[in-house]
Amino acid sequence: MTQRQQVLVLYLKSSALDSETLAWAEYDGSGQTRHMAGDKDEPPYRTGVHALMDGWRLLQISPLTAHPNGAEFDLSYLKYEFLFEKLV
Amino acid sequence: MSDLLTSRQMASFVARGFLAFEAIVPETLNQRFLADVGDVDPAEISSIADHYAKVMSRSTIPVVAAGTPLQNAYPSDSALGELIKVPQIAGAIASLVGEGCVFDHHFLHITFPPHFSKSMGQKPVSQHTHQDSTIDPRKAFDIQLLYFPHKVVREMGGTRYLPGSHLRRVSEAAIGRYQNIRGQQHVVCEAGTVIVFHHGMWHGGGVNQSDALRYMFKIRLAPAIAQHRLWDTSDLPNDHAQQRPIFWLDPNAERDPIHATLTQPEPWFEYDTGRLEYLNRIRMWRYLLGDASFDADYWLTRVENEFA
Repeated sequence: MTQRQQVLVLYLKSSALDSETLAWAEYDGSGQTRHMAGDKDEPPYRTGVHALMDGWRLLQISPLTAHPNGAEFDLSYLKYEFLFEKLV
Repeated sequence: MSDLLTSRQMASFVARGFLAFEAIVPETLNQRFLADVGDVDPAEISSIADHYAKVMSRSTIPVVAAGTPLQNAYPSDSALGELIKVPQIAGAIASLVGEGCVFDHHFLHITFPPHFSKSMGQKPVSQHTHQDSTIDPRKAFDIQLLYFPHKVVREMGGTRYLPGSHLRRVSEAAIGRYQNIRGQQHVVCEAGTVIVFHHGMWHGGGVNQSDALRYMFKIRLAPAIAQHRLWDTSDLPNDHAQQRPIFWLDPNAERDPIHATLTQPEPWFEYDTGRLEYLNRIRMWRYLLGDASFDADYWLTRVENEFA
C-alpha cells in the first residue's frame, strides 16, 4: 500500500524544541483531514517535544543566524520553525 | 464634528495595530449602503463572477483615482460620504492620518456561502494570512477602514487578524504558511462596526459557512503630513517622558498606562523578538509624539547609550 506524507509545521517560542507552540500549519497528503488558515485557535501540540511523543518525525529546524548590522531590530517572519512528518 | 482619539487609544493602536468601533454606524446608513451596492438574496445570484459584475456596474460606489484627497473622494450626501463623517470615524481618521489625508483605494469584499464554490467544483477555503500591498519600510503609516454593514456571526467567516503583527515587515502572501497563530482574532460584530487597521496588520478572510452573503468594505487612507500629535493629547501625563523604575518595583506604584500598553506582550510573541516588538512600538510612539527622546522601561535608551 502506498504511503502518504502528513506534514506538521510548528513555530515555537524559542529555538528550544521543548518551548511552547505559537503558530502551526498542517497538511495531509492522505486526504483524511483538511486544514486551512484560521481553522483552529489552539495548537495541536503544546511544544515540539509533544509532537515527537505523538510519533511525528522531525525533519528540519530553522538555523540561528546573526543579525545583519543596521537591521538588528527589524522583525519579519516567525523565527523558530520546526518541520515534522508522519507517513500514513 | 469629529471625536479625536485619546492618547490611550493611540497607544493601543501603536501596540496592537487596530482600533474597533462596535456598531458605530447608524442602521439607516448601513441599510442605505447595502441598497447602494445592490445587495440581493443569494438565491437570485447565478455565480460569484456575475454578482461581482453586477455590483461593480450598478452600485453607487464611485470609481476614485488613487491619490485623491479623501474630502473629494465621495459625494457628501452618499452613504460613504456620510460614513466618513460619523464623528468617531472622522475622529479616528483625523487622529491617525490627518484631516487632509489621501485616498489610496477601496474595495467591496464579498464572501459567498459554501454552495457557490461547490458549484464550481471547489471546496470552500479561507484566505491565506497576508499583509496588504508589499514590503513597506516607512515610519509613516497608512490605515485601512474595515466597514461591516451587517451583523457578522462566527459562521460567516469574519476577517481573521493578528493583533500586534503590524510592525513586522513581510512580503504580502509570504506568510501564507502560517495557518493559525495564537492570539488570532475572527471578526464577530454587530452591524455598523468599523475596525481601523494599521496597514501592516496580518489578516485574511474566513470561510463563509452561513447561508448569507458577507460584505466588508475596505478603504485605505494615507497621510499627507507627518503624523505628529494629531489626536487629543490633553490626557498625556505631564511626566509622560520620565524614566521609571523597572524590574524591582514599588508594588503600590501605578504604572503610566501608556508605558504599560507599549510593553504589553501578545500571545504569539517569541521570547526574544517580543522585546524587539517593544522597541519598535516605542519608536512608533516617538514618531507620533515628535519626541525622539521618549522611552518606556529603558528599552531604547539602553541600546542607544553610545559614545563617539
